[in-house]
Formats: sequence, C-alpha cells, structure tokens
Amino acid sequence: MPSIDRPSPPRRVALFVTCLVDLFRPVVGFAAVKLLEDAGCTVEIPPLQVCCGQPAYNSGDRASTRAIAAQVIDAFEGFEAVVAPSGSCGGMLAHHYPGLFDDDPVMKARAENLAHRSYELMSFLVDVLGVDKVTARYDGTATYHDSCSGLRELGVKQQPRRLLQSVQGLRLKEMKSPEVCCGFGGTFCVKYPEISNAMVGEKSADIAETEADTLLAGDLGCLMNMAGKLQREGRRVRVRHVAEVLADMGGQAAIGEPEAQHGPVRR
Amino acid sequence: MQSTAHDFKDNVGTALADPNLQDSLAKLKVGFSERRRQAAERLPEFEALRDCARDIKNHALANLDFYLEEFERKVIALGGHVHWAPTADDARRIIGDLCKSVGARTVAKSKSMVAEEIALNEHLEALGIAPIETDLGEYIIQLRHEPPSHIIAPAVHLTKDQVADTFFEHHAPLGFTKRLTERNDLVAEARHVLRQKFLDADVGLTGANFLVAETGSSMLVTNEGNADLSNTLPKMHIVLASIEKVIPTLEDAAVLLRVLARSATGQESSAYTTLNTGPKRADDLDGPSAYHVVLLDNGRSSVLGTKMQDMLRCIRCGACMNHCPVYGAIGGHAYGWVYPGPIGAVLTPQLIGVEEAGDLPNASTFCGRCESVCPVRIPLPGLMRHWREREFERHLTPRAVRQGLALWSWLVRRPKLYRWATQMANRLLSMFGRAEGRYRSLPLAGGWTRFRDFPAPPAGGTFHAQWARHGGARVRP
Repeated sequence: MPSIDRPSPPRRVALFVTCLVDLFRPVVGFAAVKLLEDAGCTVEIPPLQVCCGQPAYNSGDRASTRAIAAQVIDAFEGFEAVVAPSGSCGGMLAHHYPGLFDDDPVMKARAENLAHRSYELMSFLVDVLGVDKVTARYDGTATYHDSCSGLRELGVKQQPRRLLQSVQGLRLKEMKSPEVCCGFGGTFCVKYPEISNAMVGEKSADIAETEADTLLAGDLGCLMNMAGKLQREGRRVRVRHVAEVLADMGGQAAIGEPEAQHGPVRR
Repeated sequence: MQSTAHDFKDNVGTALADPNLQDSLAKLKVGFSERRRQAAERLPEFEALRDCARDIKNHALANLDFYLEEFERKVIALGGHVHWAPTADDARRIIGDLCKSVGARTVAKSKSMVAEEIALNEHLEALGIAPIETDLGEYIIQLRHEPPSHIIAPAVHLTKDQVADTFFEHHAPLGFTKRLTERNDLVAEARHVLRQKFLDADVGLTGANFLVAETGSSMLVTNEGNADLSNTLPKMHIVLASIEKVIPTLEDAAVLLRVLARSATGQESSAYTTLNTGPKRADDLDGPSAYHVVLLDNGRSSVLGTKMQDMLRCIRCGACMNHCPVYGAIGGHAYGWVYPGPIGAVLTPQLIGVEEAGDLPNASTFCGRCESVCPVRIPLPGLMRHWREREFERHLTPRAVRQGLALWSWLVRRPKLYRWATQMANRLLSMFGRAEGRYRSLPLAGGWTRFRDFPAPPAGGTFHAQWARHGGARVRP
C-alpha cells in the first residue's frame, strides 16, 4: 500500500562547502560534516564544486553566472540533498538558478531539480532531518545575527536558535535588530565602503549592547565583516559560525583571532 | 529637478558627515518600521491583503489602456477635462497654460512627487506664478529651497531645531518675531501663515494616490487636510498623476487603502481620504468650477510588458525606504533625484537613464528587507539586479570590476587551477597573518581594511586541501 507519510529524510548528502569556508574557515566545513553525520547522513564533498556564482550574478554578469551555475549543477548531480553552511549560497541554488535558464528548457529542468534538493544547513538539520538537539558545550553568552538571504529567502530564524538551546553552558541574548543587514553584501562592501561601514558600525554597536562574549551567524561573509569591524573597534567579542558551536568545535581560535602558540589541535 | 545621481558617491560622503541628518535618520529607522510591524500584526489578513493589492495592480497594468480610457470617459462625462502628457515637458506646458488661462498668480499645491518629477515649481516660477506648498513638510523644504528626501515625509532629514530656525527666518517679516521651539507651536504658526494662502490661491494642484476608472475619481490621502483646502477653495483644480495610478473600481481602492497607510506610517488609515469626482455641481456648496486631470507617461509605458513592469505597481507608501539599511545610513538626498531608497534605485534609471543613475541599483546589499515589506510585493532586489545586468551588457560597469570578474570567473570554471590558486592564497594569508590572526591593511583590499580588520585563515590549508589530504575521511580539527 503506498504510504502517504512524509518521505524518509535523504541520507546521501553532498556538502556545498562554499568558497569562503574553503578559503578562510575550513572548520565550518568539518563542523557541517559532523552535524550531518551525527544526524545519520553519509556526506560527500563533490570535487568539482567551486563557487555558486554570486559575485558574477550580483554584478550583472549573467553569462558567467550561467556558466558557473551549469558547473555547479553538474557537480551536484545525483545527490539526494545538497547542503550549504550558508543561507546566501544555499539561497542562490534554491531560488536563483532556475531563473538563469529561462531560454533553455533542459538546463532549466536541471536547475529546478537542484533547487528542490538544495538546503541551508540549519534548515536541513531541523526542518528536514528533524534534529532538535545537539551534544555540545560552549561556555559563554552568545548573540545571533540573522543573515539576510537565509532569513528572507529560506526562512532560517528559529532553527539555529532551537539547536543552540541544547548547547550546554551557552546562553543566548538577542540584539535589538538581529534581522537588519550587517552591510556585507558581497562586493557591495568594497564598492561602497562608506555605506557598508556605517551599516556594520551600527551592527557592531547593537552587538556590543547585548554584552554577549560571542557573536554567531550562519554565513561566513557576514561573520568576517562583523568580526573585522568589532576587532577594528577593539571590542572583545569572539565571532564564530553557528555550526562550529553546534558541532562542539568551538575551541578553535575565533574568526580573526590568533591561534594558540602550539597551533591548532588536530587529529 | 536637476539630478545629482551621477555624484552618488560624493553625495554619500556628505550625508554620512551631516550630524543633523544622522540624528533624524536614527529616529526614522526605528519609528517607521516598528509602527508598520505593529499595524501589520493587528490585522490578521494583512499578508492576504498584500496579495490582493498586488493582483489588483497587476490587473490594472495588464489592461492599462482600457482603464485609462474608461477613466477619461468618466471625467469628461462629469464635466472635467483630461490631458495626456507623454513627457515631463508636455505636462509642464499643459499645467502652465491652464494656470495662465485663469490668470493665476498663486497655485496652492498639495504634496505631489510627480510634480517634483517634472520640476513643476521651477516652471511655474519662470512663468511668474508662485507655487505654494501646503503640506507641512513640503512647505518647510520649499522655504529652505531643498528637494524632498522621502516620498511621504519630505522634510524627514531635518531636526526640529532646523525647522525652528527656518520658520524664524521666513516668518519674522510676516510679524512672527518669536523663535518657537515646541512642535505644536511650530505647526500652529505654519497653519496661520498658510491659511491666507489657501484663500488667495487661484489654482489648486494636487497629485493622486489612485485614479478610479469606474467613477472618474481621483483619490488622495493626507494627514493634514491640506489637499482638501487645495482642491475645494480655488476656482480651478488640477490633478497631476502618472498613468500607473489608475485602478478599476472603488472596491479595489478600498483594498489598496488598507495596505497603504499601514505600510507607510503604521496608521490603520490616513486622517483624510478624499475623492475628487469632477468639478462643482450646480447644487454643491463649494468646489472648483474647473476640473482638469493631467496624465503623465514620462517613460512608464515603455516598461509595460517587460520584466521591469513590476515597478509600476508601486503605491508610494515609502515602506521600502523606511526599512532600507542603505537609506537609513545616507538618507534620501544622496540618491540625487526625486525618488530615493529601493524604489528610487529601480525607478530613477528608468526615468532619467541608467547612465545618469547607474550607482543607485548597485548601492544595495540585496538584503531583501524592502521586498519583505512592500505592500504590492515588488521584487525590488530582482529589479535592481536587472539594472545591473543592463549596465554590464552596455559596458557601463567600471572597467576594474569587469576585469576582476572576468579573471575570477575564468578561474572558477577551472576547478583544479582554482584549488591550486586558493591553496596558495590561503597559505600566504595564513602565514603572514598568523601572529595577529588578522590584517589591519592588505594590498588590493583597501575598501575592506579602511574600516575593518581582515581575518587571516588558520594554518592547515583550505578545506578542500585538508579533505583531500585525509582521503575524504572524517577529520576533526
């Protein structure tokens, strides 16, 4: 008899590492792998993956974006789910790819197929896999910034907060305006540095007002922007990707902080 | 209005350095968005109403010719006149001629963004006719010779003290010799000065929030009642409206009104909602004896049927700018023309050319907050991206950006080479930044490091290098 229940959650998952995590914060990739494996998934890292193409897309270079998107679609062919530790890159795959191929029915169908299989990490863990707690410890008070694409394109809001509640030793303290953009915006932050600076300055003041010792978010671009500003202003806030804390990997030096003398603890 | 949109970056610098403006913006950012949120929460069907509002405007735009002609037919049947103005020039000429035909010396104006768009005041002044702004905000900035900085709150860039100075300077010759500081006193003084001007005006000129095709009415909402004095006291009433303001029925207007005030100011409804339906009838006690509607195209019809058509749904509530963090940082004047904020970033390139206003659609993080509050669900970031694509196609994007992008996308399409290049970059950044964990300055990244530190990656290589080193096995840093 055919079942009308929800289909069982996908198990063979591809991690879309994202270019910023690859280059600047590999621990986020390892944290994502751990969280997905702990939730029962087999995780693979397709070697062809590079960048989702947002720098070209948001600069109006549609031809390059299409070429890059086609490469990403190839790279993730055949996986039940594609998961990114980023709402921005996840949103690019899940919302923007199909519109790039309006004049190419074959590629459009493939882009739509990928879009339906693409997720942001927090949303995948909570909404798809039904994870509601993690085994992790982090001593401190954290405030959580809602990155724009994750929040508004993918509905990521309660999922990370729910998981953070299960982290031992951690207390969450909300900012006044956690949903207001930090001013990163990809190339925006270097094309319009003064506006970006005004925006991240306001964000930094909002963060400082919570007196949290840690800032968490789900997108590395925003995190690097906010960390850079907090550090330039001499504020002592540790900045981390939320996956690091949830995967119990919150021991590594925070973003922009020097590593301990003995180097990173590995293996 | 003379555009300074091409000087956007300079305008930004001026705006960020203006303490009065920054003071005013700090209040605006919190006030408007909080009131809109509460208003939306109080109305359970608000989201469904936004869908209805979008659909009404889409239907009207899909049948724009039909509804405009229907509207014209009704206005004529009521004894009014309709004038079609393809360009701003045509609209100015039509209105100038109408004013001259009654020998007008003063025109009482109710706030109209379309009048700003066609630079009507300058034209009237050149004809020796004095335009008098009767909306309080517009009145203040007219005294100061400034353009509006917001589509519903034109003087929102000013502090109360600045208004007090302006009134003291301009009202003293009229006998108001005390510098007032209380909000209510300032309003009372403006009311006093303006009242006589209403009585003296020969022509009343208003905009329109909606044109209702089934009745031939123009609909106006205000919080000051100034529009009602502008259109009932003078002998001639001129309505200036752009073509996309037409909607089919009064029932449609009712839906749009329910989302308009809530989105704009968080009010359930504006204080005054007025329908002007033709000139004074024989048994009416008051009203204008002549009633004219000037319908302005000014490039709008060329958007119909294109991907950009969605911008014409706009009902000018201002919610997009009230929620825009970029507008919140720089205010409206920096955008350099009539319409600021996200809707301005989309409309301005259409109305005055993307060569002039190319910065506007680029100066956005695509945070999406504007789209999330737009009462007619205009996909503003998507429309800004369309402009960026038009700029890229026409080689208007700065050369350095184009070259950087070309190199980067060439590299991205060669994953093996990309891995090697990123691994090298990772090693260098990690090696030289290890001691501090970050950089205070970095070659080629001045835009970043001028205001923020740049984090150095930890030792150990890129994620992909580490993953490959361990044969894809699970590793724990």
